[in-house]
Amino acid sequence: MQRQYETVFILTPVLSENQMKETVNKFKKFLTDQGAEIVHTEDWGLRKLAYPIQKKTTGFYNLIEFKAEPSVINKLETEYRRDERVIRYLTMAMDKHAIEYAEKKRSQKEQTKKMED
Amino acid sequence: MSNNQSEIRYLTPPAVEIKKKKYCRFKKNRITYVDYKDPEFLKKFLNEQGKILPRRITGTSLKYQRKVATAIKRARHLALLPYVTDMLK
Repeated sequence: MQRQYETVFILTPVLSENQMKETVNKFKKFLTDQGAEIVHTEDWGLRKLAYPIQKKTTGFYNLIEFKAEPSVINKLETEYRRDERVIRYLTMAMDKHAIEYAEKKRSQKEQTKKMED
Repeated sequence: MSNNQSEIRYLTPPAVEIKKKKYCRFKKNRITYVDYKDPEFLKKFLNEQGKILPRRITGTSLKYQRKVATAIKRARHLALLPYVTDMLK
């Protein structure tokens, strides 16, 4: 049975904007190849870390929300560990409250966008 | 005798206990999910050193205290919140 997951990963700040996008696309492609359905993606850009990781004080944060089989998660995390551009990652299974919260947040964003237009 | 008692003067006025009832902010505001991606909100549950505040201070119910704790731990892992610090606020 498919479940909904949310994954956040931090990429090294040494990458250029294009290299960063390319890495994100690589993971997106990996997920879709594994039969996952991508629900939502977010790019938080370059953010300051609360503490240094691998002697770096900033990082590119990215979020992917997707629906997939549980077996995909292990493969995804192996892929994260193999890729040295990823300095930190977190994958979380979403319960009904999390899904509701994420959908609400998204619809609010859309509304503010419409208001601005 | 009753005169004497009324003449007692306190150096500091006796503290009148006004107990403000603590409440769980999640139950009150009907929040069902604690987001680990919002460090500003989670900072309300931390002290200056970045430690998680106990329930007896924040008044959070046990159910949500557990959720707050996991959310803070997730945020720390993602470097959104520090593990140890000084002068967080």
